[in-house]
Amino acid sequence: MPEALIRVQGLKKSYVSPAGSVEILHGLDFQINAGEFVAVMGPSGSGKSTMMNILGCLDTASSGTFEIAGKDTSKMSSDQLAGLRNDVIGFVFQGFNLLQRTTIEDNVALPLVYRSADKATRRAAAREILAKVGLDGYALSRPNQISGGQQQRVAIARALVGKPKILFADEPTGNLDTTTSHEIMDLFTGLNRQDGITLMIVTHEADIAQYADRLIRLVDGRIDYDGPARAYFQERAA
Amino acid sequence: MIGPMLAEAFSALGANRLRSVLTMLGMVIGVGAVITMLSVGEGTKAQVQATIESMGSNLFIVQAGSAQSGAVRTGAGGVQTLTASDAEAIADLPNVTAAAPVAPGNAQVVTSYGNWSTQIMGTTEDMLVARNWSLSSGYSFSDSDVRSASRVALIGRTIVTNLFGDEDPVGQTIRIRNLPFIVQGVLAGKGQSLDGRDQDDTILVPVTTAQRQLFAGRFGDTVRFIMVQASSTDAMSQVQADMTALLRDRHRIGEGQDDDFQIRNLAAMADSAAQTAQVMTLMLAAIASISLIVGGIGIMNIMLVSVTERTREIGIRMAIGARQRDVLLQFLLEALMLSLLGCLIGVALGVGGAWLIKLLGGLDTVVTPESVILAFAVATGVGVFFGYYPARKAARLKPIDALRYQ
Ligand SMILES: Nc1ncnc2c1ncn2[C@@H]1O[C@H](COP(=O)(O)OP(=O)(O)O)[C@@H](O)[C@H]1O
Ligand SMILES: [Mg+2]
Repeated sequence: MPEALIRVQGLKKSYVSPAGSVEILHGLDFQINAGEFVAVMGPSGSGKSTMMNILGCLDTASSGTFEIAGKDTSKMSSDQLAGLRNDVIGFVFQGFNLLQRTTIEDNVALPLVYRSADKATRRAAAREILAKVGLDGYALSRPNQISGGQQQRVAIARALVGKPKILFADEPTGNLDTTTSHEIMDLFTGLNRQDGITLMIVTHEADIAQYADRLIRLVDGRIDYDGPARAYFQERAA
Repeated sequence: MIGPMLAEAFSALGANRLRSVLTMLGMVIGVGAVITMLSVGEGTKAQVQATIESMGSNLFIVQAGSAQSGAVRTGAGGVQTLTASDAEAIADLPNVTAAAPVAPGNAQVVTSYGNWSTQIMGTTEDMLVARNWSLSSGYSFSDSDVRSASRVALIGRTIVTNLFGDEDPVGQTIRIRNLPFIVQGVLAGKGQSLDGRDQDDTILVPVTTAQRQLFAGRFGDTVRFIMVQASSTDAMSQVQADMTALLRDRHRIGEGQDDDFQIRNLAAMADSAAQTAQVMTLMLAAIASISLIVGGIGIMNIMLVSVTERTREIGIRMAIGARQRDVLLQFLLEALMLSLLGCLIGVALGVGGAWLIKLLGGLDTVVTPESVILAFAVATGVGVFFGYYPARKAARLKPIDALRYQ
């Protein structure tokens, strides 16, 4: 029996606007085990980002349960959620979200600042992880001095520096050209295969989703497909 | 934790250098003004205190004339009714340590070195007791000098400087209104009086000499006023009552008639001068501290702008694990750094201002360590108070809302 890292049951999310309340996620159920590589697909507006933000503890569900590493997040304080974001979860955004004024090294080390790690520890960890994502020698550059693909590598390094159990990425290749996209996906694949990091990656491109083992497809806030990625694409090709 | 946060706050302020400097300016001016104003107040207070001490303690001035005599107002000193024997009688009252009659006047004084116009006081040895004056050289005049109206003089330091230069004046002759006087002693330096007069620019001669020889015809056997010293502060009201009774009796003033003299309590005057100085200090400081509050509001304003501008940054920090208190601390530190840096520059400015006022305005200024500590305490308070609201606003953002902010 593999270890369930994420357990989602009846997860709903509504947005309240002046026009009234609109339900975007209509009750999701799934489980993600440690070591899995999951792609999330679906048309634009189907609720992929909404779901990822909840899973990344950046947003909260309207109802339903969401457990991470065996703990129910609905009862957690904002500090406890911050703790989860700091050491259980890594999050990679489409738009990189790096601090522009700050060096690459300090960007990568930032999660460790909130763990009160000392400077030497932070620097060593940042350098090690930068080497891993292929950015040796860029430690003291600033985000605006490197390419988009390199910036996304920095963001991945930042997500990894705290040694999280799971990495969420919302359209991580959305701002990158095809070649760079595949380089980034190779990096993710290596992290999953060699380092055993659990991955959940949103994309709307089939050739990106094909890197994953499992595919969850969302349509209008409901799960339309949840199964092996290969089977889904073979079926479609046929 | 606090180390990288301080560096972070510093670099955040550095990223918007002009804005940070302009924001600090409010604090700089506020603190500078408070420090300068307090220094002026302190200086005045110190000056008043020194003057009070130099004046002698528990003093009365008894002047001829009443504040109100019938329908006709007569200025104090207008009617000459006080005599040197009144002073002698007062000196015999209980708890009176000295009663010095004073017959003053201005005169041209000449030596072979130069000439000088100054104030001459005809008085007795009691003057030295009452005013707590001592001699830096020579000796005082005696009762027999007074009785025989001898031409001896005690001179102040300013007189020595102007009429003798570096020479020792004791035993030398000076000419006052063309009459030769022997300098018998030199008064120790006293500095300025409460009204800013040079107390060392004076010459004391026996009261009889002044009455009969120097200012003959002006006083007769009367004096302008009598300076009286009580033995203690507690005895002052008793001494005042005794003097009133004594003088009314000596001047044969009937029941129901007004006094023909006035008794002024110098201790009370000095007290009120000290109090005025204190009130002035407080008022100046209060006015100056308004600019501190304005400075604080400036900091709050900029911090609110900063929080809005950096909403995404806050979102990013939260997304990787910053807790509410981390964000709160970050913005609070920035506000504090602004106000404390402003305070530091303000203190320097205030000290410079105090020095300039002393140099150019001739006012005594004293920057006390207390006022500097006060400035830093207030600056900390202002930073925390005006920085808290923007910082809390930042800390309370939901991560996803902060991240979505464009
Ligand atoms: N903050 C919000 N307030 C109201 N509606 C929102 C908000 N965020 C997203 N939505 C709506 O929710 C739906 C799903 O959005 P999203 O999760 O971003 O879709 P996807 O990532 O799959 O493209 C969209 O219709 C979008 O307009
Ligand atoms: Mg999306």
